[in-house]
Amino acid sequence: MSAPAQPNTPDRVVIVGASLAGLRAAEHLRELGFSGLLHVVGDEALHPYDRTPLSKALLHRQVAPSRFRLVANPDLDVRWMLGTAAAALHLEQRRVVLTDGSSLDYDRLVIATGRRARPWQHPGQAGFEGVLTLRNLADGEALRTRLLENPGPLVIVGAGFIGSEVASAARDLGVEVTVVSRGQSPLDGALGNTVGTAIAALYSTNGVDLRRGVSATALHADANNRVTGVQLADGTVLPASTVLVATGTLANVEWLAGSGLDSIGGVAVDGALRALTEQGTPSADIVAAGDVTRWTSAAAGNPLVATEHWGNAVVQGRQAAETILGYPDPDPAAVPLPSFWSSMFGVTIKSVGVASFGDEVAVVQGSLAENKAVLVYGREGRTVAALTLDAPRDLPFYASLVENGAPFPPRLGIPEKNRQGSTEPQPALFPARAVSAPSRAPAPAADRAVDDALRPVTIGP
Amino acid sequence: MRVLVDLNRCQSYGQCVFSAPNVFRMTVGEALEWDYEPDAAEDGRLDRARHACPVQAITLAAVAETAVAR
Repeated sequence: MSAPAQPNTPDRVVIVGASLAGLRAAEHLRELGFSGLLHVVGDEALHPYDRTPLSKALLHRQVAPSRFRLVANPDLDVRWMLGTAAAALHLEQRRVVLTDGSSLDYDRLVIATGRRARPWQHPGQAGFEGVLTLRNLADGEALRTRLLENPGPLVIVGAGFIGSEVASAARDLGVEVTVVSRGQSPLDGALGNTVGTAIAALYSTNGVDLRRGVSATALHADANNRVTGVQLADGTVLPASTVLVATGTLANVEWLAGSGLDSIGGVAVDGALRALTEQGTPSADIVAAGDVTRWTSAAAGNPLVATEHWGNAVVQGRQAAETILGYPDPDPAAVPLPSFWSSMFGVTIKSVGVASFGDEVAVVQGSLAENKAVLVYGREGRTVAALTLDAPRDLPFYASLVENGAPFPPRLGIPEKNRQGSTEPQPALFPARAVSAPSRAPAPAADRAVDDALRPVTIGP
Repeated sequence: MRVLVDLNRCQSYGQCVFSAPNVFRMTVGEALEWDYEPDAAEDGRLDRARHACPVQAITLAAVAETAVAR
């Protein structure tokens, strides 16, 4: 980061969204010397908190939920507008209207409203007692209360990270768990079926009933509207006292409808996170950061690809602050690679790069069968991602291979004793909807409907 | 004190668990969990944990309670 090329000295900055990206934007604005009025609007009546424990520690530990508050600079000097959401944006007046009827005028606006859990497809059934989603603290508390008092059976629809992490936590609590996976294996969209098959084995050894390659089609309830079961496309009805719908997320962009910003399925941004108008013009005074941002075809090669990762919210929050203060656009080479972690069934999973950009995967250390392994993903002779299962200390070295686009398969002097089985690349087996590397296969233009397909890796909350 | 660990950085060395065992713990599989807002009695141990972390993944900040504006 070098000094601003054209110093911007806004008097009033409004940040809509009081989670990780919004908080990091606020902090970085102050770090960079912004001394004007700073409002942060949040729809939850809570100061910024960490969502990542909601699917993990919250469920299996007796911790006070208030204890996920995010570290913030005590001298932040923010006017928190919590418990109220943004209702509309007026570009001409540079004004955000809030749901309580008040409004905030800004010189610069940061949109960081994030995403929410995708609800069950049938609204009537989504309201059955015992049907839950997991995105915010209230969701986590509701799920925890249920699992502590009313063990199950629990049916989880969706075998992504949230579904898998909750399945793991629920097993820790002794709850009977069935997971319905539309894909051939858990996490196959993020990690491919080759790794997903190993995750499926983890499900099995931990006593989770995994139904693969089948969709849930309906939820059943009793006369009191309490959920009783989940019907699958093959006709099976799984008994359920609790159903967790963990089928991805939707962007919180309804308040931007009609504003003139390109916000369908997420806020479209340029390489410096300036929000794009419907005409594709970068806004001079509006940026977006975090999960709400959308990776557009125009941004193929945009280093700030939208990945719903904790680290992405941090990087983009900080970049948003720099952009609105007039700092030069980021150097693509200097933008950190996407990275994430997860833990389930006693295995810590970490990754750098975007696995689904690869079409082959090689186990370079350890063994998938033993759930202790280092894997690298490659495409067209280059290393595009590295993944560790219970081997976090090995990740930085392989991350450097990803960073440098090192040859794939990697030519590594792995000691014989560390080799277990083949290190030869094998097909990664991503489902057809996963996206390929943007630099090699630009996404189709004007294809907003495939927004979710453009999110190759999903982790959260 | 408020505590945050960047789990992208964390490599499960566990030095924080040795330094401040009431705050940090490792699950089976070496996933780190911690108390986000431990008692002030932990402040000294927290500081040692932060310094002991080989990958500098721990951030600490004083708790400054600010009222919700509305």
